[in-house]
Amino acid sequence: MSLDQLYQQIILDHSKQRHGSGLAETAAPAGAATGQSHQLNPVCGDEVTLRLAVSDGTVQQISWDGAGCSISMASASVLSELGEGMSVEELHSVIDNFREVLRSRGKVQADPEILGDAAAFEGVARYAARVKCAMISWVAAEDALNQATA
Amino acid sequence: MTAVSTPASLQQSVYAMDNAEVLRIRNDFPVLDQLVNGKPLIYLDSGATSQNPLSVIEAEQEFYEQRNAAVHRGAHHLAVEATEVFEDARQTVADFVGAQYEETVWTSNATEGLNLISYALSNAALWAAQGRGSSALNALAIGPGDEIVVTEMEHHANLIPWQELAFRTGATLKYIPITDDGSLRLDAAADIVGERTKLLAFTHASNVLGTINPVAELVALARRVGALVVLDACQSVPHMAVNVKELDVDFAVFSGHKMLAPTGVGVLYGKQELLDVLPPFLTGGSMITTVTMERAEYLPAPQRFEAGTQRISQAVALATAVNYLAETGIDRIHAWEATLGQRLVKGLESIDGIRVVGPAAGSERIGLAAFDVAGVHAHDVGQFLDDRGIAVRVGHHCAQPLHRRLGLTATTRASTYLYNTTDDVDAFLDAVSGVRAYFQA
Repeated sequence: MSLDQLYQQIILDHSKQRHGSGLAETAAPAGAATGQSHQLNPVCGDEVTLRLAVSDGTVQQISWDGAGCSISMASASVLSELGEGMSVEELHSVIDNFREVLRSRGKVQADPEILGDAAAFEGVARYAARVKCAMISWVAAEDALNQATA
Repeated sequence: MTAVSTPASLQQSVYAMDNAEVLRIRNDFPVLDQLVNGKPLIYLDSGATSQNPLSVIEAEQEFYEQRNAAVHRGAHHLAVEATEVFEDARQTVADFVGAQYEETVWTSNATEGLNLISYALSNAALWAAQGRGSSALNALAIGPGDEIVVTEMEHHANLIPWQELAFRTGATLKYIPITDDGSLRLDAAADIVGERTKLLAFTHASNVLGTINPVAELVALARRVGALVVLDACQSVPHMAVNVKELDVDFAVFSGHKMLAPTGVGVLYGKQELLDVLPPFLTGGSMITTVTMERAEYLPAPQRFEAGTQRISQAVALATAVNYLAETGIDRIHAWEATLGQRLVKGLESIDGIRVVGPAAGSERIGLAAFDVAGVHAHDVGQFLDDRGIAVRVGHHCAQPLHRRLGLTATTRASTYLYNTTDDVDAFLDAVSGVRAYFQA
């Protein structure tokens, strides 16, 4: 397992060009149900506040503010890009799949068909100390999704 | 020891540590002899926890193989032997910091020691209010209107116990600010430590900034108003000569695991007249004189603060670690680490995009340096270094308010000890110089 497999170019790119970043700049679509979740990793101080807008059973928008390492920021960006346009059920199932891969210590391979760009985080699963970095925005999304559809 | 006096400069040249000696020292530390990610381990995280020499590991094993028994109870052979080595260890550690045997209390770590003081003091207010115990408790009791003073550079362990003590007693917590280069503002301290101040708690050496605080000046401020002084000596006792009597602090704490000993053992020093009157923190077996159905009377210190079966093998191992440090020479270790600390800061300052926190190169600091890398999060810096076999600490180092004061959320910290060479520092600097390019920052 080399460092380059952890820090794939797609992750470095997303950590700099952050899709969905900026809660204040992106108003939630009118009429959509929203949920918002703040997650903090007290170990390293990584922080994500994520808002998710749902209407007609579809995720319309995923916006977030955050501060943290490249893994956590890239993961939020990829999630935002990937999740928008999915049905509520689809996003739940993608989150479950992402969690399964990340917690597998490298035993479960990421399927790009399901995870798209998020498959690039497969390498994180082998770095136990970094799994939370990759998961933080996904935990926020799950919480926000539950709120928006409650 | 020779009776002939040697000029300080010559002493330095004759006795100073060098890389050759450090490499011999390193042979005593089994864990350091390994490859990490295919590269020789370079351990620069002793500020978090230090490694154990074989003699310390064997001391703990020997205790279990030959002497294991509960101390201070039972009349059998093993119990007597265990008690003897346990109390001998206390004397060894007391001597190392200039304390009396009775003033040296075993704790789990420095954090427990600070909480012990915090709870003993709020218990003092409860006892004083009900006329229990010594009349000296009246002066120690903290209440509404009183002030507790800490500094902006404290580790959470020397901050939260005082926040909670203020909460329990209604006292107010105040902070001595720091300058941008990480020194305490003594001008402000002179105003903040005032008539209402009951307690002044500060770190001897900062675990993030590397600053060594002027203990004498701060103690003088406290004495002026009759406030108690608590010294967090976690980053000083392992690395430099500390004499609690000369420093004239009322309490001092440190952890064994930061000074070549195992986890689970630490020390609280307290002046005897204080320890003997303060109410206990934890109560139970081994710390009492008479127990009735209604209440109990307590032993004097140190047993007063050592409820329950103690961390015996760890205490014995800590004494072995102290002997290792003393035999190497704590002043020589301090001088060597000061060299490493300066090399770290000077090297880091010369790398583009690096901001070192704390005193600049050339100013006094302990052998560590924390820094920010422009455009790269500390977690990523740490991962990059780990890939090269270099172990450092990343994050807020249990000092969130300090990082907020510095305008940062996280830093990377390299901290040295007696087993680090200048080559370790150079390899670290070489790796750090490649971080920003790797992350395209």
